[in-house]
Amino acid sequence: MKRTLEWQIATVKAIRQETANVKTLTLALLKWVPHRPGQHYDIRLTAEDGYSAQRSYSIGSEPERHGEIDITVEPIRDGEVSPFLDDVVVVGDRFEVRGPIGGYFVWEASDGGPLLLVAGGSGIVPLMAMARHRAAVGATVPARLLYSSRSFDDIIYRADLDALANRDGLQVFHTLTRSQPEGWQGFARRIDDRMVAEVNKPFGPKAQVFICGPTALVETAADAAEAAGVAAERIKTERFGPTGA
Amino acid sequence: MSERFVTRGFVGKRQDAGTAANRIPPGQHLVKDFPVLSAGPTPRTDLRRWSFRIEGLVKEPAQWTWDEFGKLPAQEFVKDISCVTKWTKLDTRWRGVSADVLLEHVELDGRARFVVAFSDGGYTTNLPLPDVINGQAFVAYEYDGKPLAPEHGGPARLVVPHLYFWKSAKWVRGLRLIERDEPGFWESLGYNNHGDPWKEERYSGD
Ligand SMILES: Cc1cc2nc3c(=O)[nH]c(=O)nc-3n(C[C@H](O)[C@H](O)[C@H](O)COP(=O)(O)OP(=O)(O)OC[C@H]3O[C@@H](n4cnc5c(N)ncnc54)[C@H](O)[C@@H]3O)c2cc1C
Repeated sequence: MKRTLEWQIATVKAIRQETANVKTLTLALLKWVPHRPGQHYDIRLTAEDGYSAQRSYSIGSEPERHGEIDITVEPIRDGEVSPFLDDVVVVGDRFEVRGPIGGYFVWEASDGGPLLLVAGGSGIVPLMAMARHRAAVGATVPARLLYSSRSFDDIIYRADLDALANRDGLQVFHTLTRSQPEGWQGFARRIDDRMVAEVNKPFGPKAQVFICGPTALVETAADAAEAAGVAAERIKTERFGPTGA
Repeated sequence: MSERFVTRGFVGKRQDAGTAANRIPPGQHLVKDFPVLSAGPTPRTDLRRWSFRIEGLVKEPAQWTWDEFGKLPAQEFVKDISCVTKWTKLDTRWRGVSADVLLEHVELDGRARFVVAFSDGGYTTNLPLPDVINGQAFVAYEYDGKPLAPEHGGPARLVVPHLYFWKSAKWVRGLRLIERDEPGFWESLGYNNHGDPWKEERYSGD
């Protein structure tokens, strides 16, 4: 891959509230190229005086959707870029992006499966691109998603996940770590060895595993997948939070 | 610098303003914590089976056990580090063995021009030999006065602070000297072959 990644200008085409806290921005790109699900873009914001800041955001949409990408942003308190994207940006705004970037934490239907996806919080974003791509190309690769959120209302893409589960056979397992609605049937604790083993049971060592979330979750889930017999080479991780704490 | 596209309403936090500003490479920002990034599960190597090797274009390879490695002359290093995911951390404090000390134990073949660092879990990264010598690289086993934690690359990691931090291979087990450059793990996956943060050599073609 010798192609130089050029900066281009993205136009915010739509903004969608995913949860009380989290928004999805649809960015229209003139120089759109198909990405591999799991990849990200870099965003560069520049102030009047030339000061600029860059951050990475995973692509949440599938490559079958041409000309635009979705990014989903969870604002970090006191952060520099995420609160700006969350608060200040409106439809029609433009900023610089370049991508798609990243060649390892990626899955395409031709890579086969079975596919075990494990996410915490906004770590769902790159995995959602994989799930949407799987559905868009009509792949029948068995796929299971274990997704940890704080509460029911913090589940990002909840309706879309329900739809993927109903239509396309993605099996979704939620765990809610802080509070659960009355009558909650799903898991209700932090992801642990037992939970990963249970969800991965039908796949066993054959699973291809993608894990994305805060460091502590990624460490636990990756160790658990190894303990469930999956070889380390089949376990791919991505972290975009701070140190575990 | 080329004409920049101004973003409506963006001011920025300029957390890096002040005395430290000239220590922050372009496109980077300061962090206080120490983010963890790696491509797969964290390997945990039994120290009794750990070894460190220098091999490839050398007259005789050199190898140390964990205990032997601990007896090599060590130094404290205080360095600024920059990750390609945009964070920079100032004044990180490490203890370890300089690559110069390690290379004193072998006789280099005159053809040796590049180094491949290799790690538990199969990770590799490539570096030009001139980037590894003269006090620019070391193998660290302590961070901030404590044994290096596994998620940060312990028991030992390469640290090459003047390049993006993916070059500082975690869980490093040796250095291989080679004549012709070979891209390592991230270098074959679209990341820059050299990775100088001051030149913003992030991705292939930068
Ligand atoms: C490959 C990649 C993909 C990413 N994809 C996404 C994505 O899809 N959606 C998304 O929202 N973010 C994503 N991120 C994270 C994103 O790049 C920014 O780091 C994040 O938005 C915070 O930036 P900021 O400028 O708002 O905060 P900063 O000004 O950079 O940080 C403010 C403070 O918050 C701390 N901090 C940083 N991240 C967190 C966190 N998660 N929780 C608590 N504290 C934190 C920092 O250490 C710092 O001290 C991704 C990162 C990477 C490397």
